[in-house]
Amino acid sequence: MHFDQKETANLITRMSGTDPKKCMKCGKCSASCPSFDEMEYHPHQFVSMVVKGDVERLLASKSITKCLTCFACVQRCPRGVEPANLIEAVRVTALRQQGTCYLSPDDVPAIVDDQIPQQALVSAFRKYRK
Amino acid sequence: MTYSYYPGCTLKTKAKDLDHYGRLCAEALGITLEEIEEWQCCGAVYPLAQDEIATRLSSVRTLMAARDKGQALVTLCSACHHVLTRVNNDMAGNDNIRTKANNYLQPAVPYAGETRVLHYLQMLKECVGFDELAKKVVNPLKGRKIGAYYGCMILRPAKEMAFDDPENPTIIEEFIKALGAEAVVYPMRNECCGGYVTVKDADLAKKRVAKIMHSAKDKGAEELITACPLCLYNLQANAGADAVPVTYITELLAEALGLK
Ligand code: SF4
Ligand code: SF4
Ligand code: SF4
Ligand code: SF4
Repeated sequence: MHFDQKETANLITRMSGTDPKKCMKCGKCSASCPSFDEMEYHPHQFVSMVVKGDVERLLASKSITKCLTCFACVQRCPRGVEPANLIEAVRVTALRQQGTCYLSPDDVPAIVDDQIPQQALVSAFRKYRK
Repeated sequence: MTYSYYPGCTLKTKAKDLDHYGRLCAEALGITLEEIEEWQCCGAVYPLAQDEIATRLSSVRTLMAARDKGQALVTLCSACHHVLTRVNNDMAGNDNIRTKANNYLQPAVPYAGETRVLHYLQMLKECVGFDELAKKVVNPLKGRKIGAYYGCMILRPAKEMAFDDPENPTIIEEFIKALGAEAVVYPMRNECCGGYVTVKDADLAKKRVAKIMHSAKDKGAEELITACPLCLYNLQANAGADAVPVTYITELLAEALGLK
C-alpha cells in the first residue's frame, strides 16, 4: 500500500488536537521527560519530525511505548504544544494503520497476580490495542 | 450535603479499602455520597486522540446522570478523576466531540459539560474544611511522618484538572496535617511512577518507583499515601531497597476519625 508521509503527518497532527508548529525548540519537554533515557526519539523530536512530515521512523520506533503519558511535557511546555498528545497520535496511528497490538489477551494470565488492579489491565488495553 | 459518587471499577474489586473507608468517613462527616446507578468503567485512560468518540461515551453517561440529579460528581480514583474531568471539559468546550457524543447518545436533554466534577479531597476541603476536619479527629496521628504521593493524573495538565499547583501541590499535605501527622515534602511526589507500563515493561516501572521511594525516604517519609490504585500497586509491587509502605488517603482518614 502506498504510504504518504506528509498525509500521515497531517493526520497525526489533526488527531493530536495540538499545533506542533508553535514549538520554539527550547527542549523543556525532553528535559522534563521521565522516559528520556528510554527513548530513541525524544519528545521534542516527535514534535519537529511531525512538523517535517518525517513520521515513518516514529511509527516504527519503540519510543511510542516508552512514553508514560505523565503529562510533564504538556505541563511544562512554554508554548502549549502538548508533545504527549502528538506521541499518542503516533501510537494510535501505528495501531490503526499496521493493525499491530502491543498487548494480546493471551499475555494477560502471565501478567496477572492477585494484587494487580483492574485499572492496570483496562488502561493497557486502551493504550496498546485498537 | 449530597453528592453523586463515581467509584469506578477498581474500587469495587482490588481497591475496596479506598471506597469503603471513603464512604464511611463521608458519612461520619455528614456527607451523603449517592452512587451513580448502573455506571460503567470510564476506561482508565483519557482518549487523547480527538477522533475517539466511543471511548468517551461511558464518561458522558456518568456525567449526565449527575447532571440529571442536579448534583456535583465526586470521584476518588485519580485516573477516574482525570478521565471524567477531561471528558467533561470536552463536552463543555469542544463542539465536534460534544455534537458527536450527543448524536450518538440521543439524551432527552443534550449534555454540554454542566456537571461539576470534584475529587474527594476537594470535597473535604470545600464541604468540611481542613480546620474543621482537624477538630473531628479522635485519634491524632502524632509522630507519624507521612509523604503525599500525588502522581500525575490528578494534577496534570493543570489548566484542565484545576486541582492544585502542579509543581508544588499542597492539598494532601494539608490533609495529612489536619489528621495530626507530620507531612513530609519530597521532590518526586508529583513525578510519574510509570503505572501504565507496569503491565508490559516492569523494568521501566521499577526504575521510576526506585527514584520516588528514594526521594521519599531521603526526606524522612516513613509511609506514603495515594488516591490512585495503580500508583499503590505499582509503588508496592515494583519497589526496591528503599520501599516505604503505601496506603490510601481514605484509610488514613478512617484511622484518624477512629473508624478503622
Ligand atoms: S508524557 Fe510521555 S513524553 Fe511527555 S514527559 Fe511524560 S513520558 Fe515523557
Ligand atoms: S517544550 Fe514545547 S516549545 Fe519547547 S521544545 Fe518541547 S514542544 Fe517545543
Ligand atoms: S480509572 Fe480506573 S478504576 Fe476508574 S473506572 Fe476507570 S478503570 Fe476503573
Ligand atoms: S499510576 Fe503512576 S502513572 Fe498513574 S497517576 Fe499514578 S503516578 Fe501517574
